[in-house]
Amino acid sequence: MRRLKGAVAPYLLILPGGLWLVVFFAVPLVYMASVSLMTGNLIDGFEQTWHWRNYTDGLDVYGDKFVRSLWYGLIATVACIALAYPAAYWIAFRAGRHKSTWLFMLLLPFFVSFVLRTIAWKLVLTDQGPVLGPLKSWHLLPKDFHVLDSGFAVVSGLTYNFLPFMVLPIYVALERVDHRVVEAAYDLYAGRFAAFRRVVLPLSLPGVFAGVIMTFVPVTSDYVNASVLGGPDNTMIGNVIQTEYFTNSEYATASALSFTLMALLLLGIFAYARALGTKDVLEAAGR
Amino acid sequence: MDRYDPALRRGLTSRRNVLRLMGASAAALAASACSIPGQGGRGDLTQAQIDAFWKGRTGKGSLNWANWPGYMQDDHASIKAFTKDTGVEVNYKEVIQEASDWFGKVQAPLAAGQSIGFDLMVVTNGIQTSKMIELGYLAPLDHSRLPNFDKYAAAKYKDPAFDPGNTYTIPYESGITGIAYNTKYVKEEIDSIAQLFDPKYKGKVGMMGDSQELGNFGLFAIGVDPEKSTPKDWASAARKLREQRDSRIVRKYYDQGYIDAVAKGDVWLTMAWSGDVYSLANDDVKFVVPKEGGTLWTDLMMIPKPAGNPVDALTLMNWLYEPAHNAPLTEFINYITPVPATRQYVLADAAKATGDDKADLERLASSPLVFPSEADMARLRNFRVLSQQEEPQYQKVFTPIVQGS
Repeated sequence: MRRLKGAVAPYLLILPGGLWLVVFFAVPLVYMASVSLMTGNLIDGFEQTWHWRNYTDGLDVYGDKFVRSLWYGLIATVACIALAYPAAYWIAFRAGRHKSTWLFMLLLPFFVSFVLRTIAWKLVLTDQGPVLGPLKSWHLLPKDFHVLDSGFAVVSGLTYNFLPFMVLPIYVALERVDHRVVEAAYDLYAGRFAAFRRVVLPLSLPGVFAGVIMTFVPVTSDYVNASVLGGPDNTMIGNVIQTEYFTNSEYATASALSFTLMALLLLGIFAYARALGTKDVLEAAGR
Repeated sequence: MDRYDPALRRGLTSRRNVLRLMGASAAALAASACSIPGQGGRGDLTQAQIDAFWKGRTGKGSLNWANWPGYMQDDHASIKAFTKDTGVEVNYKEVIQEASDWFGKVQAPLAAGQSIGFDLMVVTNGIQTSKMIELGYLAPLDHSRLPNFDKYAAAKYKDPAFDPGNTYTIPYESGITGIAYNTKYVKEEIDSIAQLFDPKYKGKVGMMGDSQELGNFGLFAIGVDPEKSTPKDWASAARKLREQRDSRIVRKYYDQGYIDAVAKGDVWLTMAWSGDVYSLANDDVKFVVPKEGGTLWTDLMMIPKPAGNPVDALTLMNWLYEPAHNAPLTEFINYITPVPATRQYVLADAAKATGDDKADLERLASSPLVFPSEADMARLRNFRVLSQQEEPQYQKVFTPIVQGS
């Protein structure tokens, strides 16, 4: 009897989460996959015709938007690592008893809506605004220089908005590094740099891996930053999907584009996991 | 982290799991290979059908109203006056920001015949309104309960091409799409759409992202009246607009943000809506109706078919068309009212007021942007009514421009 209970318990535990996933993730996903192969319009209805051309047409017309989104996603993710790693390192090893204060400050922006924060950037960066205005009047920048409505503004906005998703996992990984291991490295005549490169860095890589997944995927499919901070040359694939779905009611095209994006993102993550991923790194960290 | 990370990674990359997932998806996909039924061709109704809809319906004493920001006094004075007059309580929400987004939000429940929680909504004439009429999402209006509309509405607003006989909609207010420019930066008189295409203003021109607004201006630029345009004209207008974009004259395609941008100088001249410029009250920013013409658009009141309190919605619509009731609202909104007789009440209010208020009201009553003359009205063009076959074609021509394709 007890053994039966023991066997059933794990399934009971997974039931709420599992049901949630099935109802709100798996079912809509399958439905969308089905819609992505339909043809038609809102007025006459959509008919299942196994129209695979939705996919090739989408790539033909919006291929450049896919490339741009992946490119922006890549730059923003790398920028996030570059900014987040030192910050996480400092908080984990140097902040002492103020750790939680710094972490709280890192999370503070999350208490304000994502869209509002992006619009705030827009106010700060206007052509004659608090940042560019003075620089221009001191003739440090040419008169018609502008940051808004450019790729730079979009990537900066993306980096800013998703930075905490990178800092937190890296921080958690660094926080768990055993100081005795680092001391052992010094005892074995490692310099500070060698100790970092051969001990601390490998131990923190699982955090970077988690951070990359948590930033790269949402950054690449984001559409708010491009629409608020970008110009006509900075449209991302998320904007296209949004327009196809809401403005044009082209449900089939929008679904096909979404699935193409999903496939590209999965491919990217797989490739990344393989490349980074000598299993040894992760398993060494696991020990 | 160490405990589950390798597993996470294995879970992501294990070939067996991926295949299993794909197999399950394919099976489910085959099972769900149904279709989404069409809902078109529901716009034409006979009087008998309209009467049948309203038969036995009575007021319930309350209604929910979805509107755009800035379309009601901050203290809701007009709503309070309405409740005092009629006893009908109004739950007013400013939830509509853009016609296409709003349509995206309400489409699914309306298609299923479910209430969207509102009995009255305000949507601009154009693609979305035509779709809602065609899809049968709207309640036909009972004009026997709208005597004020017949009595006071300007002739221009009666029997429009997009809704013959005002079967489904009557205007809330309307405005002009023209050009706004900031005189701090633009040192010449702006009076033509051609100036939006002038390389002199490289990177300083704002255009609208809405495909109909943008298309209209492209059509004006090539000398075609949008209302009478053909698919061939659309293609050449699109070529013109693409040229403008690719020579980097356009800084950005805007939704609502252009007014801030032109006030701050991010763009120097931009497509603009009359009321926005009027309410901005910034002396540097001027609004003109270009000599090629501007467009007149109308925000329409309509009742979603599944609404619970349609009779109360009609009561409110009728009440708003009484000029004395319409005046305070027009004094706040600063767009064109469909009730010309409102002007006398604004003038009367101006005569009573003093100081700044008096000047404001006089400016309003004499503004061609709020009470345009017959000659002005004659220069304004309407949006083209797109048939259901033409609409996707039109979208395919103009939306890619905004997306940079």
